[in-house]
Amino acid sequence: MEWFARLGRSTLEISAGLGRAAYLLVGALFAKPQLKNIPLTIKQIYVVGVQSLLIIVVSGAFIGMVMALQGYTVLVDYGAEESLGPMVALSLLRELGPVVTALLFAGRAGSALTAEIGLMKATEQLSSLEMMAVDPLRRVIAPRLWAGIIAMPMLAVIFSAVGILGGQAVGVDWLGVDAGSYWSVMQASVEFEKDVGNGIIKSLVFAFIVTWIAVYKGYDSIPTSEGISKATTETVVYSSLAVLGVDFVLTALMFGTH
Amino acid sequence: MNSRKVEVLVGMFVALAAAALIMLALKVADRGISGNGETYVLKAKFDNIGGLKVRSPIKVGGVVVGRVGSISLDEDDFSPVVTLVIGKEFDKFPSTSSVSILTSGLLGEQYIGLQPGFMLEDDDILKPGQFIEDTKSALVLEDLIGQFLFSRGND
Amino acid sequence: MEDLVSVNNLTFSRGQRVIYQDISLRLAKGKTTAIMGPSGIGKTTLLKLIGGQLRPDSGDIVFKGESIPKMRRSRLFEVRRHMSMLFQSGALFTDMTVFDNVAFPLREHTRLSEELIRLLVLMKLQAVGLRGAADMLPSELSGGMARRAALARAIALDPELIMYDEPFAGQDPISMGVLVKLIKELNNALNLTSVVVTHDVTEVMSIADYVYILADKKIIGEGTPEQIRAHESPMVQQFLLGRADGPVPFHFPAQNLEQQLLERR
Ligand SMILES: Nc1ncnc2c1ncn2[C@@H]1O[C@H](COP(=O)(O)OP(=O)(O)O)[C@@H](O)[C@H]1O
Ligand SMILES: [Mg+2]
Repeated sequence: MEWFARLGRSTLEISAGLGRAAYLLVGALFAKPQLKNIPLTIKQIYVVGVQSLLIIVVSGAFIGMVMALQGYTVLVDYGAEESLGPMVALSLLRELGPVVTALLFAGRAGSALTAEIGLMKATEQLSSLEMMAVDPLRRVIAPRLWAGIIAMPMLAVIFSAVGILGGQAVGVDWLGVDAGSYWSVMQASVEFEKDVGNGIIKSLVFAFIVTWIAVYKGYDSIPTSEGISKATTETVVYSSLAVLGVDFVLTALMFGTH
Repeated sequence: MNSRKVEVLVGMFVALAAAALIMLALKVADRGISGNGETYVLKAKFDNIGGLKVRSPIKVGGVVVGRVGSISLDEDDFSPVVTLVIGKEFDKFPSTSSVSILTSGLLGEQYIGLQPGFMLEDDDILKPGQFIEDTKSALVLEDLIGQFLFSRGND
Repeated sequence: MEDLVSVNNLTFSRGQRVIYQDISLRLAKGKTTAIMGPSGIGKTTLLKLIGGQLRPDSGDIVFKGESIPKMRRSRLFEVRRHMSMLFQSGALFTDMTVFDNVAFPLREHTRLSEELIRLLVLMKLQAVGLRGAADMLPSELSGGMARRAALARAIALDPELIMYDEPFAGQDPISMGVLVKLIKELNNALNLTSVVVTHDVTEVMSIADYVYILADKKIIGEGTPEQIRAHESPMVQQFLLGRADGPVPFHFPAQNLEQQLLERR
């Protein structure tokens, strides 16, 4: 009996949470677009995009290098080291670029967004906006949501490009795979629409999910230090899990058949 | 942080992302074939296609001219029919051309090698939808080994 | 005397917990009304109810003849331009300078030129004595200065109603004196209607025209400061004099001490 009550209660809580998250999304995204919001969005792109650039570039380079190293040791046994290019490029473009960027973004920018919005709530800045007849969804949430959705796919593209260059550094310059075949075999097997395009679509979806979770968790946090720290942790955990889960579904849809 | 500096840095960020995308488009993905260009279709019937897959490349002398569009089974004689999607710019293959299923490297991917034939008459070129008559099937390793053992046994 | 705001038979609860049970009060136009009560009684909640951020379970809140809870969101936003609230923490935007904080409502709600906005902001800052701190960030201000900056922001749009949420809490005596003076002066100069929510008895008694005392979900006393001082209710007297125990018990309701100590776990 108690068990059912608990199940019922948590179902209700989860649906109420989803409802609030949807309300926030509608309020922020479908608010009347305002010219004033453009500078705010640019500032947020700076915060979530430019400030995440370093970690993205460094991680991208290392991941590309590690993949080249690992791939080479396997491929060379079959005399297929010219397939190193496509291996590095395809894994980056289709999977690692979008996914690792999303995970890093959740940790670097998502948690900061949650904490910032949670603190704005705790210090009554959101209430005070509301009392000044300014909708916090429009003024605070919308620019951050848009900035995340715009910045993350750009970061993912940069991540993949840097990773491929890192792969070249290790594969070609260090391990001695022929530079011509690294690039030409890559070109022969990578397709713009299918691989680059789908990768960007993936990272758009991830950007949406991660940023939505981050701003929602901040906006819905309990405005105490405990509440904010819990919300920040939840942002990282939930958005990472959501990204990995959704990645499976998207991969199955995009690359699943044949 | 003044807003001018923020704007400049965001502008540079966007430019960097654009540069990365252009690199991916031009250097990583070859947009030449079947990316944007128009294509036409040829067909070929094989006995055995081995590990050939949809999207496997079609090469002429190592140059990619197209990709495998689809693979189906002929309803009458149960042999596989492969649709070759070839770039419009390569539309002058003689009808005596042959196709074979080849393997890049010992364990590499399989692809279709197109061997252009001699031009007998001026307008005797492969037209869209036409079947290529001369086909060589994939070498299946097990068959090869079997043949090898068999021929050894005969010695 | 005309009322700017009247609260009629308001009941409000948070979850299971009833905060207000059928209370009524009025804020007279052009006057300063004080609402006093111990911490956690729901004073901030009352201000949020008046501002339309919360909706009452039952009862009504009327602002200039219009019911706040029945308003549509767009109308509520229009009405809120005529009221402002000084939050307990000041609630300055931490990513903007003092100047930009004060300019914020002007930039949001008017189409004035930057030049004119600059003039207005400097005047408001002058009124609270912070013109020299215009370029400082909120994190660089002392508590008292932050509250004065927030006050400058609150009066930026020349509101009709201003709600002060515990303006004196946590202030040193000098800042407290400055704030008392400011509130008094602003009220006279701008002909504002003010409501001051507080538990600092002496300060507020000196500026209020009318006082309400809240306890236990209800209003237990009301009147002019003189009437309140002479109030016969022991609860009001306990609150005014700050006695630890009395009709409002020192102990939170609990079971018998002896019983609990002897109880086996
Ligand atoms: N967002 C909230 N959710 C649930 N309870 C709240 C919330 N905000 C305040 N409360 C509760 O309502 C009561 C009144 O709060 P408040 O109006 O802040 O009191 P005061 O300002 O008089 O100190 C407090 O007991 C507080 O715990
Ligand atoms: Mg309070």
